[in-house]
Amino acid sequence: MKAVGVSVRKKDSAALLSGRPVYTEDIAPKDCLCVKLLHSPHAHAMIEEIDVSRAQRAPGVACVLTYRDVPDVRFTLAGQTYPEFSPYDRLILDRHLRCVGDPVAIVAAQTEKQALAAMKLIRVSYRVLPAVFDPQEAVDNPVVLHPEENWRALVPDCGADNARNLVARGQDAAGDVEAELAACDVVIDRVYSTRANQQCMMETFRAFTRCDAYGRLEVVSSTQVPFHVRRILATALGLPKSDVRVVKPRIGGGFGAKQTAVCEIYPAIVTVKTGRPAMIIYTREESMTLSSPRHAMRMHVRLGAMRDGTIRAIDLHTLSNSGAYGEHGPTTVGLSGHKSIPLYTHNMKAFRFAWDVVYTNTMSAGAYRGYGATQGLFAVESAVNELAHALDMDPTALRAHNMVREGEAMPAYYGEVAGSCAIDRCLARAREMIGWDEKYPSRTLENGHIRAVGMALGMQGSGIAGVDTGAVMIRLGDGGIYNMSIGATDMGTGCDTILAQIAAQSLDCPVDNITVHGVDTDTSPYDCGSYASSTTYVTGMAVVKTCEVLRKKIVRAGARMLGCGTDDALFEGDCVRDARNERSVTIAEIANANMMVNAEDLSACESGGSPLSPPPFMAGCVEIDLDPLTGEVELVDYVGVVDCGTVINPNLARIQTEGGIMQGIGMALYECPRMDGRGRTVSNSLMQYKIPSRVDARSVRIDFEPSYEATGPFGAKSIGECVINTPAPAIADAVYNACGVRIRDLPITPEKILLGERS
Amino acid sequence: MTIEFTLNGRRVSAQVDADDSLYHMLRSLGISSVKCGCETTNCGLCTVHMDGKAVLSCSVPAPRCAGHEIVTLEGVLDQAKALGDCLADEGAEQCGFCAPGLMMNVLALAKENPRATDAQIDAYLAGNLCRCSGYMSQRRAIRRYLDGLCGEVRA
Amino acid sequence: MARYKTYVMAQSLEEAYTLNQKKSSVIVAGNMWLRMCGLNRQTAIDLSALGLSGIEETNDAFVIGAMTTLRELETDAALHAAFGGAFADALVPIVGTQFRHGATVGGSIYSRFGFSDVSALLLALDAEVILHRRGAVPLRAFQQEAWDRDIITHIRVRKGQRAAAKSVRLSGTDFPVLVCAAAQEGGALRLVVGARPARAVVAADGVSPWADEAEFARIAGSVPLGSNMRASEAYRRKIAPVLLRRAAAACLEGTRDDH
Repeated sequence: MKAVGVSVRKKDSAALLSGRPVYTEDIAPKDCLCVKLLHSPHAHAMIEEIDVSRAQRAPGVACVLTYRDVPDVRFTLAGQTYPEFSPYDRLILDRHLRCVGDPVAIVAAQTEKQALAAMKLIRVSYRVLPAVFDPQEAVDNPVVLHPEENWRALVPDCGADNARNLVARGQDAAGDVEAELAACDVVIDRVYSTRANQQCMMETFRAFTRCDAYGRLEVVSSTQVPFHVRRILATALGLPKSDVRVVKPRIGGGFGAKQTAVCEIYPAIVTVKTGRPAMIIYTREESMTLSSPRHAMRMHVRLGAMRDGTIRAIDLHTLSNSGAYGEHGPTTVGLSGHKSIPLYTHNMKAFRFAWDVVYTNTMSAGAYRGYGATQGLFAVESAVNELAHALDMDPTALRAHNMVREGEAMPAYYGEVAGSCAIDRCLARAREMIGWDEKYPSRTLENGHIRAVGMALGMQGSGIAGVDTGAVMIRLGDGGIYNMSIGATDMGTGCDTILAQIAAQSLDCPVDNITVHGVDTDTSPYDCGSYASSTTYVTGMAVVKTCEVLRKKIVRAGARMLGCGTDDALFEGDCVRDARNERSVTIAEIANANMMVNAEDLSACESGGSPLSPPPFMAGCVEIDLDPLTGEVELVDYVGVVDCGTVINPNLARIQTEGGIMQGIGMALYECPRMDGRGRTVSNSLMQYKIPSRVDARSVRIDFEPSYEATGPFGAKSIGECVINTPAPAIADAVYNACGVRIRDLPITPEKILLGERS
Repeated sequence: MTIEFTLNGRRVSAQVDADDSLYHMLRSLGISSVKCGCETTNCGLCTVHMDGKAVLSCSVPAPRCAGHEIVTLEGVLDQAKALGDCLADEGAEQCGFCAPGLMMNVLALAKENPRATDAQIDAYLAGNLCRCSGYMSQRRAIRRYLDGLCGEVRA
Repeated sequence: MARYKTYVMAQSLEEAYTLNQKKSSVIVAGNMWLRMCGLNRQTAIDLSALGLSGIEETNDAFVIGAMTTLRELETDAALHAAFGGAFADALVPIVGTQFRHGATVGGSIYSRFGFSDVSALLLALDAEVILHRRGAVPLRAFQQEAWDRDIITHIRVRKGQRAAAKSVRLSGTDFPVLVCAAAQEGGALRLVVGARPARAVVAADGVSPWADEAEFARIAGSVPLGSNMRASEAYRRKIAPVLLRRAAAACLEGTRDDH
């Protein structure tokens, strides 16, 4: 029975494709209070006075809460394993407002209209404070965002210092970078910057809460991190963790946004205060202005090479803007170097990677697919492309000469060995698919437009090494079915299905014989959640281990029924057979017998986790059509070739890749968060912050060049994040190849192209 | 005010405010397929048919629906089955949040231009955003649906 | 979100007009933009029962009902034949088909959006706005007026013209960064620049079809342009002559195809 490597349908597809009520809002109790937030109009201010008396008396209002009503306990909304790297710098509501949009009050009423009407009756006077918006001016600025006494960094050695507006500061290095750079023939010394892109999942942030029959707080949330949400809410509300239960239904996309508990605390405190069910649904505007976008980064790269193209040293400094709060600040920045520099391990003699992460009076950043690697790879891959031009070398040849090989230890990746690596095959296949040799660098069409190609490599990890863990429980049930409980969170990606495929392969049965249930923190085995490209690799390995244990138990039960020793009993998928003769009992018979007085429960629960985070690799090549008179860029073709190890479900892997590339294209070309001079986000809708529509790319084509990752389930690594990393640097180089303008500051707009300096 | 209209072939009446939208009215009537993704007419998640035309239910005033015919995915599940199968066979639904709105617009396209080219498919459906899929799988699925190849074994 | 207390399905234009004289009233056309405005009004007046949708062809003009949708303009065979597909080309980038099934030409013209592709094209075609009380007003004049309380019933577009519009957009379904439209009537070109980002204006009238690059540069240079979040004035300056020239060429090419 082959289940791995097959494009089976997603287990939830029939429900999703018939509009069934399976998402958070669809299953909320009808009598939920509607929760709305009053947002700060100022980027930096103190609440001098706040009068909610009229609002509280307004029709339908259940409660109006201000900073006076919340515990004075700081916490982080980042969905990370405890102790979190992200500083504990938030209150549910704070007198001190640190960015436009920061919540000033929570209003709960019977209907949305009533809540909005009541909100207008709240009177607030603010003492406006000077604000700092520019991350380059943040450190040691007289404006201090978090002067509070109870600010706390749980991991102090990440360099956090609230008095200096520092969320993190640090360095990692090997070899003598300065000496190596001095010895190089060519040094590319450039600054690149990326923006605070929005994930824009179609379902905005939302959650509802109620008291269950035991008087506990039940939270149903569109989240990637149910177990972390349980801890965050318990901490923020001062509740015992046993009093919080979190359930994840179907999710309308996450992309990392929902790795931060952006909205759950608001209905939760309303339910705690009123005892009534409460729901918050972020408007798209709230999702665009007070959420958890990508950390904007400014990266200074120095890349040293010899005349023959041998890359000897990379020096990278990343300045990351964490915004008003520190969610994911100390961790995202690490990937900007640790998942870019290792690509060039092969000839590398030295590297240095240093970083600063700062507070500013802008929206707090968070986790977005790629998690810092995307930013770092824009910088490093762009610098490598610039090096190719400086050396007059084909950028694919330059890569082939320098890129990491299977079996090499990567000093800039914590010394981890690239145990599975087909980046060479990815590059060769991508060149072939795009027709690199015929198309590089450019040609002019009859209509005056220029066709040009560009390329980039990318990598990511598979889970957080030594941290991420996911457990799985599988029970043999009635008639031989398997019920699998997971704590990993399918957010549309299909992990319920992929984990079922791994189970079916391990148990030698049809995928339909595996039911999947997740996630409910009361009943699901622990899983840190779906982020950091961990689910297939980390939780997938837990599935394999669980199935191994369960098979042994089933064999023991079968052997007892057959009256043979366990050494003679063979597991054959649909039955257990006595190897000495042809007698067998079916799995169904074993399952049914097990429902009478039994010797051993036929279930197993094992957890996964790895000291490694094996990188998936990718090569991306783009062909663009550039109008030299307007600077417009049309995306003609994008080719992505991925080494994600064994491909568990080719359809779902392809769509992850196509979707990631399209998000990368948006980031490269037009997705641009914009703020006015007072710190207000003006790109506050899908009208003003444009994501790709289906007319924005003519063709995206995918292929796989699988390696075999020995530590992963059936050889698999991750795919979810790696795929977003190549478009920005590849498109930037294609633009350069077309018109000689080098864009180092995303997005690559027609204006920058047309008004840019030509080399 | 109370209005009467036809919802998925049945006469229904609904209590609405002057400033309610068709989207709100449908949700309050228990129609779960319509979703709200943007509030600014950009995403297409709330697409339904009004008198046979695909419209954004978020932008149709509820009172305007009096006497009109509204069809949501719930009302065309039989017709939509083949399309759903094509999408599922590609894995193109991903999170599924945009799927009902997309499907309603594809049904409109199939009626208007059953021989649409890939470029025409893209242009017709440009107002249906999807952040998961990158659109290519949806294009492949819709291509197969329009070509009547749903359920056929692929080369 | 727009808030109203009562919703009136007007039964006659006179009823709609009378109701609309109150400051507390507002006309609901396609409701695409209106619903997003934070306005709070007593009465919403719906025009959809007044038979104002549809395109009528007369000997010398098209008379387009104010409630005609952008999608109808885009797909109307007679309009397509008369203006060489200019309407379809100009309207297709607007959001999506469902949006264009809702948005009305009257709503677009009344609102005088700076970003409007519709008004740029109709301005190039020297359309007339027919108002319930004031009668016919050239769009050119109407376009520059402040909002008033009259009601657009029709838009009139003379036949015997060719037209084309060219725009630059940051992505396929975005608002234009700049839109230039051209129409040829009686051998001369009328050139319009829209999304400046302010309201569209006629940049030049009576331009020779043989105008050279310098002429387009001069015309573009005469149009006031500005900056917004999509692009700077400097960029618009640079592309305005290019788009004007391309719009003119496309519109002239249409003419040649006919002969």
